[in-house]
Amino acid sequence: MRKTFIHMLCEAAKSNSSLYLLVGDLGWSVVEPFMKEYPNQFFNIGVAEQNMVGVGAGLASEGSHVFAYSIGSFPTWRCAEQLRNDIDYHNLSYTTVTVGSGVAYGKLGYSHHAIQDIALMRSLPNTLMLCPCDPLETQACISFILSNPSPSYLRLHKEGEPIITTKSSILPCELNYIRKCGSKKLALATGVAAQDLFSCGKDSFDGWDIATLPIWSSKYSGPLVRSLAEYNLIYTYEDHLISGGFGSWVFEQFQIHGDACENAPSISCKYLSSEVIGMVGDPSYVKSKSQIW
Amino acid sequence: MYSANSFLLSKKIRAHCLRMVTKAGASHIASALSIADIVAVLYSDVLRLFSDNPNHKDRDRFLLSKGHACTAIYAILAELGYISEKELDSYGMNGSRLMNHISHYVPGVEFSAGALGHLLPVAAGKALYAKQHQQEWKTYVILSDGELNEGSNWEAIMFSAHHRLSGLVAVVDKNNYQSFTTTQDTLNMDPLEDKFLSFGWNVYSVDGHSHDELKGAFASANCSVNTPSVVIANTIKGKGVSFMENNVEWHYRNPSSDQLSIALSEVLI
Repeated sequence: MRKTFIHMLCEAAKSNSSLYLLVGDLGWSVVEPFMKEYPNQFFNIGVAEQNMVGVGAGLASEGSHVFAYSIGSFPTWRCAEQLRNDIDYHNLSYTTVTVGSGVAYGKLGYSHHAIQDIALMRSLPNTLMLCPCDPLETQACISFILSNPSPSYLRLHKEGEPIITTKSSILPCELNYIRKCGSKKLALATGVAAQDLFSCGKDSFDGWDIATLPIWSSKYSGPLVRSLAEYNLIYTYEDHLISGGFGSWVFEQFQIHGDACENAPSISCKYLSSEVIGMVGDPSYVKSKSQIW
Repeated sequence: MYSANSFLLSKKIRAHCLRMVTKAGASHIASALSIADIVAVLYSDVLRLFSDNPNHKDRDRFLLSKGHACTAIYAILAELGYISEKELDSYGMNGSRLMNHISHYVPGVEFSAGALGHLLPVAAGKALYAKQHQQEWKTYVILSDGELNEGSNWEAIMFSAHHRLSGLVAVVDKNNYQSFTTTQDTLNMDPLEDKFLSFGWNVYSVDGHSHDELKGAFASANCSVNTPSVVIANTIKGKGVSFMENNVEWHYRNPSSDQLSIALSEVLI
């Protein structure tokens, strides 16, 4: 995912001298191609995330599209008020990019686990969530945001995720089906949780539809709710705590738009339990101890 | 630049501010009076503006980071015709776009603020853009001294010097007061000049109510080649109204109608 991101950004910068990549002194062995090709559009802001967002807001307010890259909590929680007031409120073309979703950096400890970031970022009303599960969805997410710049959050995992989806172009709140068999039951994931669902759960979901939702925001969720209302039972999957997470978001959308539906489906959320807090180990180990699946 | 005399303009700003906060029952009058001279000088003698087009691409960018002093900006924008003088009556009223912290919904306002420590980084970003794209316009930002408690400012101060953002001019409204008491008794940052100097900035320390000194400092700052500049404007909180000067109560209180009459008579002398 990381390499897909940086290669696409390099391509986009060829024709856009107002596209900037900011990093918070992170991204070693990832961002170098952009840094070398576009040194005037790359700034290592230093270990200073509040300033990274402020500088990004200044650049974006002059018409630039800014991508700001770091790990999980650093460009999100550390500078939450800057994202709220300076980016989202002013509706600026600024994309926060994180790597290490969920417990990808399992051994690095709680500071590096991104398990509450969705809660923060999806609470910002103008911010579009971009949570790809594989390199192809990463491409689709980046293509969309390059063509439709806005406040946005691109939540990446790490590197080497196998491709499990088929579409290279996806719209906000469009379901990306991995399997559609006309079932009344849907397994729905956002982000890399889809990988776990695909690898360990596909067979056990015999007879179920399986889909991801890589691009989402409450702004666009009306038609999605009507699509989801066709199901009787929906399981949601995410590498995030339940509070403020993806499953909670799906619940909320039925509160917002549910009046238009005759029957709301039963929804069961699958998530990381708070047992994960303080747990250290390989991602697979940490998830095996904390996934409520 | 606005053609009116800056001294006359500063009187009008103070009078508008007093009327607005009184009618609205709002706070922060002393903070607005503190920057009235700085704002008057900037808009009359320094900023390159196009009053017929607030968004003209070649305008200088002006940001008010101490957003609670917004009445001073709404007042000058009314004087310049960006908004009507009548609209000032709506300040702080239900449904008004003149909210009690500076709002980008108001024509002529570049950026909203209210939470402190936000707009020096934003100003740095704008100055960086201008430098990268060979733009002539400059970026000015007014900060409060209490606001410098926020670490985000010092991140931006390092960044701006490192990237040689000579098109950035910060003004610190150094009135020596913050929410409860003096800045010295809250979180002492003196000597402020030395701090900016050691971070690699040009520093101009002036009487923030002397229009000549302010104009001289801005003229010097505009000649900077490789270095951001800060004008440390030594001001008096509540300047112009005898019973408000250096009285922390007027960070919060609003004048009675009698107090308004006295205050107006003093600022309009």
